Amino acid sequence: MATNVRAEAPPVAPGRPAWRSRLYRFDLKASPYAFIAPFFLCFAAFGLFPLIWTGWLSLHYVDLLKPDVLEWKGFGNYTRLWSNDQFWTALRNTFTIGVISTVPQLLMALGLAHLLNFRMRGRGFFRVAILAPYATSIAAATLVFVQLFNPDYGFINWALDLVGLHPNWYSETWPSQIAISTIVTWRWTGYNALIYLAAMQAVPKDLYEAASLDGANRWQQFTRITIPSIRPTILFTIIVSTIGATQLFGEPMLFGGGVGVSGGSAHQFQTLSLYMYELGWPSRQLGRASAVAWTMLLILLLIGLVQFLITRYRKRHELGG
Amino acid sequence: MRTTTRPRRAAVLATAVLATSALLLTACSSGSDSGSSGSGDANAKVTLTVGDFGTFGYKEAGLYDEYMAAHPNVTIKYDTVQDGQKYWDALTTHLASGSGLADIQAVEVGYIAQAANTLGDKFLDLGKTDGINPGNWLDWKSKQATTAKGALIGLGTDIGPMAICYRTDLFQQAGLPTDRTEVGKLWAGDWSKFVEAGKTYQKNAPAGTFFTDSASGLFNAALSAEPVQYSDASGKLVYKDSAGVKKAWDLAVSASQAKISAGLRQFQDPWNAAFANAKFATVVCPSWMTGVISKYAGDSGKGKWDVAAPPAAGNWGGAFLTVPKAGKHTKEAAALAAWLTAPEQQAKVFTKVGNLPSTVGGLQQSAVQGAKAEYFNNAPTGQIFAASAQSIKPAPIGEQDGNVKTIITDNGVLDIEEHGTDPAKAWSNVTKLIDDKVGH
Repeated sequence: MATNVRAEAPPVAPGRPAWRSRLYRFDLKASPYAFIAPFFLCFAAFGLFPLIWTGWLSLHYVDLLKPDVLEWKGFGNYTRLWSNDQFWTALRNTFTIGVISTVPQLLMALGLAHLLNFRMRGRGFFRVAILAPYATSIAAATLVFVQLFNPDYGFINWALDLVGLHPNWYSETWPSQIAISTIVTWRWTGYNALIYLAAMQAVPKDLYEAASLDGANRWQQFTRITIPSIRPTILFTIIVSTIGATQLFGEPMLFGGGVGVSGGSAHQFQTLSLYMYELGWPSRQLGRASAVAWTMLLILLLIGLVQFLITRYRKRHELGG
Repeated sequence: MRTTTRPRRAAVLATAVLATSALLLTACSSGSDSGSSGSGDANAKVTLTVGDFGTFGYKEAGLYDEYMAAHPNVTIKYDTVQDGQKYWDALTTHLASGSGLADIQAVEVGYIAQAANTLGDKFLDLGKTDGINPGNWLDWKSKQATTAKGALIGLGTDIGPMAICYRTDLFQQAGLPTDRTEVGKLWAGDWSKFVEAGKTYQKNAPAGTFFTDSASGLFNAALSAEPVQYSDASGKLVYKDSAGVKKAWDLAVSASQAKISAGLRQFQDPWNAAFANAKFATVVCPSWMTGVISKYAGDSGKGKWDVAAPPAAGNWGGAFLTVPKAGKHTKEAAALAAWLTAPEQQAKVFTKVGNLPSTVGGLQQSAVQGAKAEYFNNAPTGQIFAASAQSIKPAPIGEQDGNVKTIITDNGVLDIEEHGTDPAKAWSNVTKLIDDKVGH
């Protein structure tokens, strides 16, 4: 091989050898692109194109039943969103449900992961068990929670009755949002705990040994070693949960039953995704639904940017200090 | 070890790649074989799918099995969605894209105008199918499913003439009459008398019970007796100025404020559960509702329910069977739809789940006329509902009626019931929502 290459290298032979080496070089440069092309073609067809097409639709009036007839609206759909009460209600609900589902969920996941990180009997069993909710379908889980939260005959109100409370988990704003957040939390805590657990196991054991020699108790070890060591993982789960919370759809839809799409009679638990669906399907206004979809994307990008800036600031701050 | 894992991994990868490409290939080719519609051999094996919502009663009455036994080459599969609104949302999407459709799709009366006007060309004209005569149905029923061009896109399944279903045990405890004729007299002629009877009930009501299930049900019922509802004869939406809507709204508000309603959303889980727990004494009861009651009230309610004449006759609900053109076997599907909606089959469905026939012949069947509902204290339901059907004055229906009804009942009446919203504010919310959602 080596001799062959050297023999061809001097640019003396005209015609075929030069053509061949050009082909060889082309092959070297181009074939990697050919190999990765399937992904990018798929991404263009199923990722990028729908994104751009949705953006294009959001500038038009489009009837769901006649998706090929577009009527130009410019940014009319967006200005209409701005002045629409229901949109702001949905945005506020998405935010509050997002906070009361994500924050407890991640904190509990951290605690669970910390516990599972200890040596204990049946560790494998517990690790599988906490993932079980994640493997349950949303529909099945929500159905069970709907029964539990039934204001008149549900188990939860039966228990709360003993202390004199009687919230209506469907019609009141905070109870309904808490109920939905409970489903989300139940479903995703184990998943996040496993991710944290994986990260915790990568933390060098000698750090803990050194710390315990220095007299640090378990809690100090947790806050001083574990948390800083898995900070990138925590950031990752925060981002993923934020995206999930912004797109929350199935749980409130199924929890609300017949009034699920409108998020209750006063839209008390309608999320942005549900609002988008209500505009696009029952109201058949695909253009406005697309505008909501793009607004959601922009909100996510905005949140992502804020998170990015905070991380960068903290990194600099820590390096400086 | 090492040597064995490598080839295995390669094999797994190859299988995955093959499976993926096979998926892609089939996904691309699935559109090609939908062109022909059951041509040629009459005995060729066909599988027909039926998509419906709620309780159509075909399975319950054993009609699918009966048809398959008579037509050995036909296999029937069915897919039932509980919630009518969700069913329609999915169906419109499928119709627009021309995929995912069953061979026969049911359409509720609230959406039939939309199907006939906007989507008319997506459905087979069943009027041209052998053995189907639009005159077999009640005149107004067939008219509702006829497009501007005169195509009959849907065959009527049932109609929903109303009565009032009530619990005799609760009525007795509250000191109201229990005999169905006497009960009918309590509110004969006027829906506001129904609310008055409710106030009487509530004074001596057994603890924790209400006179009726929901103000929305009352709204639907009172509106259905009105000659003008959401739309005028030209199909234009006139709900804001409609005397009928105003009357029904005021009635629902008065019922809610008098606290005679349990404030439940119909067809929702707590509503279903409340039947079994005897939480309310009356339900406005179109013929198809009798099936719902016996299902949810279960054995414990047997013999305790009865049926009385309504304050005013009206039609609530009912449906049609359509055959989308995109189906593979439209000819066989049309034959099945015609058979399912023929008088004899409609009568069988009625005896099983209580959906009242929409064909003239079906209403005259002795099985319907002489029907007594064992569950409902042997009430002569056939007679009561058929009598109610006679006095129905059909109102014009428009394209957006279904949506407008959903918003008024779910975001208006229910909002008042659940949150005690000021009725005037609730009405302005409703008009705002409808203006926002309907039209451009």
